[in-house]
Parts: sequence; C-alpha cells; structure tokens
Amino acid sequence: MSLLWGRRILAGAMTLVAAAAMTACGSKTSDEGGTAGVTADVSGDTVKVGLLNSLSGTMAISEVTVRDSIMLAVEEINAAGGVLGKKIQPVGEDGASDWPTFAEKAEKLLSEDRVAAVFGCWTSASRKAVKPVFEKNKALLFYPVQYEGLEQSPYIFYTGATTNQQIVPGLDYLKAQGTKSIYLVGSDYVFPRTANKIIKAYAAANGMTVVGEDYAPLGSTEFGTIVNKVKSSGANAVFNTLNGDSNVAFFKEYKSAGLTAAAMPVVSVSIAEEEVKSIGTQYLEGQLTAWNYYQTTPGAANSKFVAAYKAKYGADKPTSDPMEAAYVSVYLWKAMVEKAGSFDVEKVRGASDGITFDAPEGLVTVDGKTQHIAKTARIGKIGADGLITEVWNSGKPVAPDPYLKTYPWASGLS
Amino acid sequence: MTAVTPAPPSTASAPAPADSAPPSRSGGRSRLRAAVGFAFGAALLFAVAPLALSDFRLALLAKYLCVAMVAVGIGIAWGRGGMLTLGQGVFFGLGGYAMAMHLKLADAGPGGMPDFMQLYGQLDELPVWWRPFASPWFALPATVLLPMAFAFGLGSLVFRRRVRGAYFAILSQALAAALVILLIGQQGTTGGTNGLTDIQGFFGYDLDDPVNQRTVYFIIAGVLLALLALARQLIHSRYGELLVAVRDSEERVRFLGYDPASVKLVAYVVAAGMAGLAGALFVPAVGIISPALIGIVPSIEFVIGVAVGGRATLLGPVLGAVAVAWARTALSERFPGTWTYLQGLLFVVVVAFLPGGLAALWALARRRDVGEEQSRRGWSALGRRRAERAEVPTA
Repeated sequence: MSLLWGRRILAGAMTLVAAAAMTACGSKTSDEGGTAGVTADVSGDTVKVGLLNSLSGTMAISEVTVRDSIMLAVEEINAAGGVLGKKIQPVGEDGASDWPTFAEKAEKLLSEDRVAAVFGCWTSASRKAVKPVFEKNKALLFYPVQYEGLEQSPYIFYTGATTNQQIVPGLDYLKAQGTKSIYLVGSDYVFPRTANKIIKAYAAANGMTVVGEDYAPLGSTEFGTIVNKVKSSGANAVFNTLNGDSNVAFFKEYKSAGLTAAAMPVVSVSIAEEEVKSIGTQYLEGQLTAWNYYQTTPGAANSKFVAAYKAKYGADKPTSDPMEAAYVSVYLWKAMVEKAGSFDVEKVRGASDGITFDAPEGLVTVDGKTQHIAKTARIGKIGADGLITEVWNSGKPVAPDPYLKTYPWASGLS
Repeated sequence: MTAVTPAPPSTASAPAPADSAPPSRSGGRSRLRAAVGFAFGAALLFAVAPLALSDFRLALLAKYLCVAMVAVGIGIAWGRGGMLTLGQGVFFGLGGYAMAMHLKLADAGPGGMPDFMQLYGQLDELPVWWRPFASPWFALPATVLLPMAFAFGLGSLVFRRRVRGAYFAILSQALAAALVILLIGQQGTTGGTNGLTDIQGFFGYDLDDPVNQRTVYFIIAGVLLALLALARQLIHSRYGELLVAVRDSEERVRFLGYDPASVKLVAYVVAAGMAGLAGALFVPAVGIISPALIGIVPSIEFVIGVAVGGRATLLGPVLGAVAVAWARTALSERFPGTWTYLQGLLFVVVVAFLPGGLAALWALARRRDVGEEQSRRGWSALGRRRAERAEVPTA
C-alpha cells in the first residue's frame, strides 16, 4: 500500500518537473533584439559603483593595491562634490582569484546592487569570465591592467595598455639596443602565450631570432632547468612574461647562474614597483621593465597621486602602473558621465570618444572606437632603491591598436 | 528536505556497518518516508525556490545544485564505498568540456569555429577531436559516458592492483592536476586558462533570457532529484550492502567469494557519471568551464561539501555541498575581506565537533529521546558519541 503511495507521489513530482520545464519557453538565439539589460539605480543622492577585485587567493597581493587606488579616487571625487552632484558609494566584492566567482560577483553587483559601473579584474581569465555578464546586462566594466589585446567588447573600457603600447615598444627598444636574439620565458596562461605569439611575429619581421620559449605553471618556483637553457642559449636578452611568485624564484636562479643585467638583460612586463619590493632589489637591479607609468614619472599630477596614496596607505607603499590605471579609470568614468550628463550606459559610451585626463602617467585620451586609451609607452630600469627610472619613452601617447591592424608583420595574428 | 534520511533512526550518523539495514526490515515505512521526502524536496526546488528567489539567486542555486550532483556521487564512492575520490574535478571537467564544446560549436553555427581558436590558435579548420561534438547526439551522451568510460578504464587498473587509501587519493589528485596542465598547454584548441566562455545558446534557446535561465534551473533541479532517487535505489539494493561491506572489510568480502574490485569499480563509475552530468549542466547554468573549476582545489572542495554534510547518508552530501557553496557566497558578500577565515573556521568546527557531518545533527536530535532512556541504563551520551567517532573509518 505504502509502496503505491510512494509511486503516486513520485509520479506527481515528475509531472510537476515536466510541467515546469514545458511552460518556460524563452527567446531563441535566433530572435532579434536581445535582452534589455539592467538599469543602474541612481534615484537617491548617491550612485553605486562596483569594485571587483581578488581580496583572497593568489592574485590578492596585486589586486588589493588596485582596490586601494580605486578607493582613493572615489574618496577624492566625493570630497570634490561627487559625480553629477551624487556621491559615489562603492560596493566591494571579492573575486577570490577564481574566474567563475568573478562572473557570479559581477552578476550580483549588476542585478542586486544595480551599480552604474564596475571597476576591477586583473587576469585575462577573469575578464573573459565577466565579459558575457557585462554584455548581457549592457553594463560597464573598467579594466585597469595591461593585457594581451585581441579584444574589444562594447561594454568594457580598457585603461591598461594593449600590446602595441607595452610589448611592441619593449621590442622596439631591444631592437634599437642591437638585440639580435631573445629568449622567451612566461607563466603558462593566456597572456604570456598570446604575448609570445606576437613577439615571435615581430621577431621574424625585424631580423631577431627567438632562441627559446619556455612556460612555467602559474605559481611554479622551479627554474633551474629554464635558467640553464637560457644561459646556454646565448641569447642577447630575455623577454619575461612570468607572473607573481614565479618571478622571485626565476630572478634568484638567474643571478645564481651568473647571468647579469649587463650581459643578458631581462625585459619584464609584469614586474612593477610592488613586485620589485617583494622579489628583492639585489636580484633585479639593472633589469628592464615595460610599462606606461612609474612612481618616478615626472609631473604635478603624479606627485599629487603618489603623495595622496602614501598619506592614505603608508609612506612605504609604492605606486605602480595597474594602480595608476585603476585610479585613472574612475576619473575617466566621471568625465564621461559628466560629458553625457547622465549615468545611462549607452550615453556614457557615446560620450567617451576624445575624453582626456591629465593622469599621473601624462595625458591620456579615450578612443571611443576601441574603448582603449592612448597612453605613452615607457621603458624603465630598476634601481638599487627599488624604484624604476625611465630610460626611454615613446615621446607621445601611442594610439591603442588591440588587434595590431596597423602593423604589417602582425597580419597573420588575428 | 531532511525528511529523506533513508537509514533507520538508530544508525543515521556514522557509517557503521549496520548503517544500511536490509530493506526488508523497515522497507515499507522507509519507502513511504523517502517518497514523501522526495515530494517535499521537489516542492521546495520547483515551487518555493523559484517564487522566493530573484533570478540572480536562482541562478546561484542552480550552480549549487550542480555541485550537489557531484556530491551525490562522492557520497556513494566515498561514504558508502570508502574510496576517497579527491579527483572528481576530472569527471566534472570532462562532462563540462563536452557540453561546452558542443554549445560553442552551436553558437558558431554550421561550419563555424569558436572565437578563441582564431585568436589563440590561428587554426584554419576545426581540430579533428572537436568535430564529433558538433552533433548533440554525440555530445550529450558523451557528457556522461566519457567520464564513465574514463573512470572504468582507470578503475579497472587501480582496483585490480588493490591501490587504496591515501594512494588512491593521491592518484586522483595527480589526475586532476594532469588534466589541468593539459588543458592550459593546449590554449589554441581548449581556450587555455580562460577555458570555454561566452556561451550564448542552449540548444537554440538564448541563455541571456531570464526565462531560459529559469528552465535550465528546473532541468538541473529535476536531474538532481532523479540522481538522488537513483542513489537511493543503489544504496538500498543488494549491491549497496556489498559496497558497504567492501568499505568496512575488503578482505572478508574477498574471502566470501566476491570480487571487491568490481564492486568498487561500479561505485566509482557511477560517481564519475554523476560528476560528468553535473559538469554538463553547470555550463549552461554558469556559462563557463575552465581549468580553474576542475583542478586540485575544486576537487577538494567537492569533498569538503560532502564531509560537512555527512558522507555516509543519502542527503548529507547534497545538503553539505549546497550549504558550503551558499556559505561561501553569503560570507564573501557580507565580509569581502575576511570571509576565507570564517569559512575555514566553519570547516574546523564541523570536522572537530560533528565528524559525521551536518546529517549527524539530525540523528543526534532524534537520538536524544532514545538517549535519555539509555542513559538511565548507564550509557553516557558522551561515551556513545566517542564510540561513534571511533567507528568512522579512515579513508
């Protein structure tokens, strides 16, 4: 008897499942128009913005400094009267160095908190994970880190460098120094692999030879083999796209193998002031970096930024390129909103072209078409004091070219 | 939902041998209870949750339920079979990638290629091993059969050679690590660390549409209930008895004339199939599958959920997985800076004070009545709890 009852209840539940599934028939992929997206809640006298950075996990050490810089900009803007008369109310979420978590938190910021814009993400993987979320909700992300290019989402503003503003100038500098052969060392993920693809295309067109290419898993600290290969390769220079902790192990091994900045310089694209501090200047002195900003970059805007940052977070805290790009991104958003006279995403996007800002790194200009910004490329040398001093710059801001369309050698890349 | 506790009241907490009493003893009553619990769970998932939760929260619940499916499998393999499967991420990943590959190809249209292949791989045509996934008739069964086949191959080798305990756990971990390294290395054809992202459609339906997201949730909830029903059948069958026997004393079972290797293999393969199905459904629910979801850390997290919930019960793993995932979201939203400490504390508390998991709470509450009577006969509640703890076998 009870068995029969059980079956009946089971059958009832199954019918419910089927019914629920049948009634719900949403739009097909072939349908035109798409979804409406969320609208930000700007009814009060504050406007919410989302801060999406990893506060835990492997990326936290870097991303926390970005969060601090965004907070600095928000406080400065609020002290000066806010945006369109509204104070900015930051809503922080932890991406936890985990890409699906980034997507989850982005969705939460947009649909629950209804923020007007989100600032954050660091790794390419986290950006790729949130990109569909922002495109679906038709909301804005400001991404403050140099990256591998080959992307142009209508709902992302890229305030860090794309490849032609960092990697290509780095290669130009090496070429001008007479470098004939280079060795590529990188962490095993998308940015280094894509960067190295570009470097190889550049090298082939510019008479350089790539004598080796090696990848280490993210977080790997085992570099004996790779450094030995680098040493025996006899390359003129090393192009380093390692990220995070691996740099510590790599440079220690590099020095103990007897390799020097004078004989075989290493150009790094992921080592900024913060990382120099943790790796140790004794291993890095004389090595090169490619960025768009250094703490030592001259100018009144930078003196003000550095002083404000140190006053808020401590005199021993350095400022770096991604931090500066994050700081700038908040001001750029403010300028776009004020030009548009509205927080409406489409109006803000429409107003973006030609927005300029006197940033700590120098004058930057938003390119409305690619939603990247024009910025000056700077090659720096790491000094004994842990600061990076500029040895070369591009003279004027370099227009962003995320797909490298203006470089004939890159025609096969995208 | 706790109503579906299948085991008789006296033994619900620790995986003691008497845990799965022969169905004949309390068969009818237990079956009715299970059916009522099942209906209650269905009502909760199909009526209460969709009404009470916003689209965003419902989508999160869908994600948690996928984790819960993996947990059901681990409950069978580890809780019942004693195999500490620290590498379920591999099967979750195989299922997830199989589904994502199909959906990416469907998005790209006939003859099209996924966007990342042109960006990172500069491929002129689709790699051979991608091609079969264009057909849903291949891809859909593959999400379950591929992990099962893999588990079968691996399990046949491992269990025959009597690899078990820590060695089995380490082997599982190594596999998870190996799969991640393989996927990251083949960036041009697998998307590397980014994984497969930006999935637009699910068999012709636009995943951006909240209505379709809701449908995906219903499918996931339905599949989870079906898996629970399947797990219950398995646990209460003769095979279920044998599995527990192998867990508790493999040698004795061998002397009785059974082949423990085949018994374990079945549980392992079933768990792998459930993890694969979970991975496949995770993709439309969350819109991403990446190596970060299937490596060592997520594999351990699957097991943590099961341990927190109580591994030897039917519902414990499900509740534990959902509770851990939900706590992760809730804590990290409330305390973005310090939530990892709170989560760690939570695990310590559960492991230290509730070795049988959350399911033990239920049993504890029920036993209090019985316990009072027993303590009059000279049993101290503490002593009994100690005895229970000692019974939890080491994996």
